[in-house]
Amino acid sequence: MSGDVITTDAVIIGGGPCGLFAIFELGLLDIKCHVVDILDKPGGQCAELYPEKPIYDIPALPEVSGQELTDRLMEQASPFDPQYHYSQMVTELIKHGDNDFELKTDGGMTFRAKVVVIAAGGGSFMPKKPPMPGIADFEDTSVFYSVREMEKFRGKDILIVGGGDSALDWVNNLQPIAKSMTLLHRRPEFRAAPDSVNKMRAIEDAGKMKFQLGQVTELLGDNGQLTGIKGKNKEGEFELACDTMLPFFGLTMKLGPVADWGLNLEENLIPVDTEKFETSVPGIFAIGDINNYPGKLKLILSGFHEAALMAQQAFRYINPGERLRFQYTTSSSSLQKKLGVK
Amino acid sequence: MTKITFVEHNGKEHTVDVENDMTLMEAAVKNMVPGIDADCGGACACATCHVYVEPDWVEKTGDREETEEDMLDFAFDVQENSRLSCQIKISEALDGLVVKLPEKQF
Repeated sequence: MSGDVITTDAVIIGGGPCGLFAIFELGLLDIKCHVVDILDKPGGQCAELYPEKPIYDIPALPEVSGQELTDRLMEQASPFDPQYHYSQMVTELIKHGDNDFELKTDGGMTFRAKVVVIAAGGGSFMPKKPPMPGIADFEDTSVFYSVREMEKFRGKDILIVGGGDSALDWVNNLQPIAKSMTLLHRRPEFRAAPDSVNKMRAIEDAGKMKFQLGQVTELLGDNGQLTGIKGKNKEGEFELACDTMLPFFGLTMKLGPVADWGLNLEENLIPVDTEKFETSVPGIFAIGDINNYPGKLKLILSGFHEAALMAQQAFRYINPGERLRFQYTTSSSSLQKKLGVK
Repeated sequence: MTKITFVEHNGKEHTVDVENDMTLMEAAVKNMVPGIDADCGGACACATCHVYVEPDWVEKTGDREETEEDMLDFAFDVQENSRLSCQIKISEALDGLVVKLPEKQF
């Protein structure tokens, strides 16, 4: 992927509900979109935090789950053939000129776009880092929050902390190449899928890994090299030897690189006007939970409205001098053609 | 109104008067008590509103339900008296409740 530059009309940063609806609103105006999201799936908070929880304040949908809302928005956007790029974060946003932006991701992709829509919600979902003194010294040498390359863990004495799907999956997947594998979890029950738990139990029964009940309290080692940890449980304190630790405590939202793009920020939100939802940099828009303006409500429906108005101004940038004719999907044959209405 | 005291990790106390039927998490957020992040806004889906209920109050605040117990796996330094504050509903029976906040919610 790296090396190739993707040229497009718009890059949308964030594939949550507002980002997805922005594809639709831009699409009606013939603006093509690429969407980048740090998660491995669309939906943002709706998919990551509450896929099964009902939402009650989407107009005309008295009750809808986060997942269903996401699925329906994807379906609504699909006539416009958006390109999705998951599991990566936009790390750089550089303005080369009027309506000429370069975006780079940590997945090695580069985009050149005429407009940028920041729909990043509460920020990027990042792994939670246990708040332990000195942990930063071990990060990327002995402590890892994700597995990008399995080979890196070959021959290691690995300690995995947690009881969710990530923890159990990596116990099962890394055990065959690890020198030793220990799983540390605060209780004998796991929230991970029963299948993964059974698999782990089988590996444990075969004597190829150890399960330790408890919680980590202290990291041992120096110069970035972990030698073990101290932990505790109801019986008391204990030590475990390991040279690699993988803590899996879920994800939390951090503003991330947005703060480095030279945009005006107020309390980690991006101030915008309420006519175009544009940031302090013309051509860069911000919609949804990440923006702020007088009277802002952090509701999905507000983000939908913001997407519609943003698209009008994006059209003017992309088609300078061209008149924008306002049309309704109920009556416009040209809009219906774009939507594939038969 | 019900009186609730939140004690920050550094010992700083915040006593607030709270309307009944809101959750402990909402009480903290509404009164700008620092140390409750509540990423998910009360859906019991993130474990960033973790509190420690003072021992005298553990019985009155009730037991953790299964989803809360599961979600506490994503909190740090979980203790017997750990709760997710979005799952505690305020009532008169909790007048005078004291909860301690962890050093960080992550």
